[in-house]
Amino acid sequence: MTEAALAPAARQATPFELDQKRIARRYAAERRFRAYGLAAIALTAVFIAVVIVDIVGKGLPAFWQHSLTIDIPVSAEAVDPSGTRDPAKMATEGDFAVPIREALSAVFPGNTSRAQRRLLTGIVSTGAGEELRERVMADPRLVGTTVRMSVLLSDDSDLYFKGQETESSTIAGATALTVSGTAGEVKLSAAAASAFAPALAAAGLPATGAVALDSSKPSVLVAVNGGIVKLATVDGSAATGTTLLPLKSDGAVKAGDWRTVIFMTPEANRRIGDQQAAWLDALKTSGQVERHFAWRLFTAGDSREPELAGIRGAIIGSALTLLVTLALCLPLGVAAAVYLEEFAPKNRLTEIVEVNINNLAAVPSIVFGLLGLAMFLNFFGLPRSAPLVGGLVLALLVLPTIIIASRAALKAVPPSIKEAALGVGASHQQAVFHHVLPVAMPGIMTGTIIGMAHALGETAPLLMIGMVAFIVDIPSGLTQAATVLPVQIYLWSDLPEQAFQAKTAAAIMVLLVFLFIMNGLAIVLRRRFERRW
Amino acid sequence: MNRSILMSAGLVLGCVVAAGTANARDQIRVVGSSTVYPFTTAVAEQFGKTSGFKTPVVESTGTGGGIKLFCDGVGVDKPDVVNASRRLKKNEAEACAKNGVTDIVELKVGFDGLTLSESKAGPTMKLTLGQLFLALAKEVPGPDGKMIPNPYKTWSDIDKSLPNVKIEVLGPPPTSGTRDSLHELFMEAGANQLPALQALKKADAKAFEKAWKSIREDGFYVEAGENDNVIVQKLEANQNAFGIFGYSFLEENAAKLRGVALDGVEPTFENIAEGKYKGARPLFVYVKKQHVGVIPGLDKFVAEYVSAKATGEDGYLSKKGLVALPKAEGDKVRASALQLQPVAVEQLTN
Repeated sequence: MTEAALAPAARQATPFELDQKRIARRYAAERRFRAYGLAAIALTAVFIAVVIVDIVGKGLPAFWQHSLTIDIPVSAEAVDPSGTRDPAKMATEGDFAVPIREALSAVFPGNTSRAQRRLLTGIVSTGAGEELRERVMADPRLVGTTVRMSVLLSDDSDLYFKGQETESSTIAGATALTVSGTAGEVKLSAAAASAFAPALAAAGLPATGAVALDSSKPSVLVAVNGGIVKLATVDGSAATGTTLLPLKSDGAVKAGDWRTVIFMTPEANRRIGDQQAAWLDALKTSGQVERHFAWRLFTAGDSREPELAGIRGAIIGSALTLLVTLALCLPLGVAAAVYLEEFAPKNRLTEIVEVNINNLAAVPSIVFGLLGLAMFLNFFGLPRSAPLVGGLVLALLVLPTIIIASRAALKAVPPSIKEAALGVGASHQQAVFHHVLPVAMPGIMTGTIIGMAHALGETAPLLMIGMVAFIVDIPSGLTQAATVLPVQIYLWSDLPEQAFQAKTAAAIMVLLVFLFIMNGLAIVLRRRFERRW
Repeated sequence: MNRSILMSAGLVLGCVVAAGTANARDQIRVVGSSTVYPFTTAVAEQFGKTSGFKTPVVESTGTGGGIKLFCDGVGVDKPDVVNASRRLKKNEAEACAKNGVTDIVELKVGFDGLTLSESKAGPTMKLTLGQLFLALAKEVPGPDGKMIPNPYKTWSDIDKSLPNVKIEVLGPPPTSGTRDSLHELFMEAGANQLPALQALKKADAKAFEKAWKSIREDGFYVEAGENDNVIVQKLEANQNAFGIFGYSFLEENAAKLRGVALDGVEPTFENIAEGKYKGARPLFVYVKKQHVGVIPGLDKFVAEYVSAKATGEDGYLSKKGLVALPKAEGDKVRASALQLQPVAVEQLTN
């Protein structure tokens, strides 16, 4: 930089100003970097929030369920055809679906055709007969009496009450109305031409002229005199329709004593038709339908009926599997880590072992499944689908993780502790087992719990050994067929019934809670027992 | 520490030995197709509830994998039943026989309709199988009749009467059993409708087979994974897309989806049962006869599966989306199944 170089037109920046600029640039770079970091965290937080909100939003309704309280006439000829009152005999010979059907027919008489009876029995769960059977088995004196009990509604009825079948709205009748009959085809005539206009407008249909309503349009129902009429045609002040529930009386009705109910989703697109919806609403109005916590989700095994399915079998399967994994992994992993870290000579061979342990930790989990199939099932002849085999395979999977974590924990213990023990005359083994290992234990436990959490979420290796299966019976031993929680989630997610989607999300929530608890435990252990130097 | 290590190791080893020796099995084991899984599980549950036997364990392993396990031999550690979304092949039956599995009872349990579906919010489409072939095949006959890479980008490119909308079809990946059905039910039948490909079939049967067995990979056909619910969700979001999956998913999602009529026939329960709809495939269940009497309840399980209350027209499986066999054929299957008549290997094809 010379005098001549300084051009008169543009004044050269002084070194101080240059510095200022550079500093400003550096600060700007740092601010930018912070902003990037913040943006990255915000984006991740948004993703996690979206996932959790989605899962909780879908899964939360599955924790509640609707039941119907109903008087069931337990007729002897249906449940005890041989007349012995022997529970064992009734369990196999009795048809417990008949009393349920009779109970429903008693509430809604006159539905005699086969199709109507099917619709009527379809509002309660197919497991209702099972519930009755259990009740009667426990107390055979109930045969011949009428039992008032609460039975589960079917998955579709349940979805209807949860508002997932159709949007509905209710409009009070503003004018007087005359009804021509109490059952079958009836004519409704209103006092004013615009009586049905608000309902038609709400349904998105033209409110003037003749309107024909069919199953491809929103449904318009009129609730009047304790019955329900489904409208078929509307023309100004006159309308015709069929009764879904018979009316108590006909004749003139005052304004405000009748109302229209509109189901926005056309009947053709619903699993619960207008007839079933009318029955369900009538049961709800009479206080027989009750919403309660879905205990079944936690007390039942798998089922093909969404309202009956539970995750108890999967939770117990997971617990049994993890028990085997833990019993195998913890001693083996810690022993291997202690040996490699404290006793093994540092030579080629131990180096190869170390590298391979690190490599094993990165092997895709399905490979362990194939290994399990070849070794445990085909060679040792262990049973398929057993938690024992699942636990063995998962143990192989998490062993490297535990060894690596344990070695890190052992390495973190200051050498002075071991040296002090050796200095007062302890043997090498005493120094390790009495002094180093206890100090390293919190770290080892943390690693083990995280390894277990990993094992809890694993499905791929279990596919090969037959744990991806429909298993109804709750496993009670290590060699009985069982499945695990993530597999249950996978299996449910693939089923066509709509209600299983909510169940899937609910099961995911349960799995996440277990994972949070395990990881939380790891953090607590680290906080409370870990010592720093 | 030492002692606890030894003890736990001993415990696990003890379990291993105990399990190895405990051999008798009182539970039926089923493996096989994920398409038949929803039906067999329903039968298994019903069987477990009413028969007094344990509920069978049903694994979802895929048809091919299931048959391999099934044909591995006779014995309590081998499965008793296999679900198949296609008929057993002759070479598979021969492999079975080589391993000692000689008596296999075949149950044709019903149909599963493969459907092309779209969102109800989108425009209604009618397609012929030939048009569908032209939309999905990797290579199609060019103007001179020679096979060229598929040039069609919109439906109107294929036929002027179809809407000017980008071709977008979501369907099963090659690992799925449904993909086999897509080839056999839609693609092969579609290829047969095209004159240029009929000529090719006569001239070079191998090239013809290659033509209907390959699906385009340029983004117009999207592989959507094994989970059909995912396809359903994607169709809801995209009005112009089409999805390929089993009829039971269409039935369950009738509120949102509509089946596309193929060759003028809509995928409905009646059309599939009567055989009018082309995209239907029969579903099979195979039972190892040699296990009857060894595994308790196996013959009762067969009886439950073919009973009218399960696979009949109004049976509980029809509620799960299975399309029942026509009555005469159903009765025939029922009669031969109840007598546990083994399938004749000569009848099978490769």
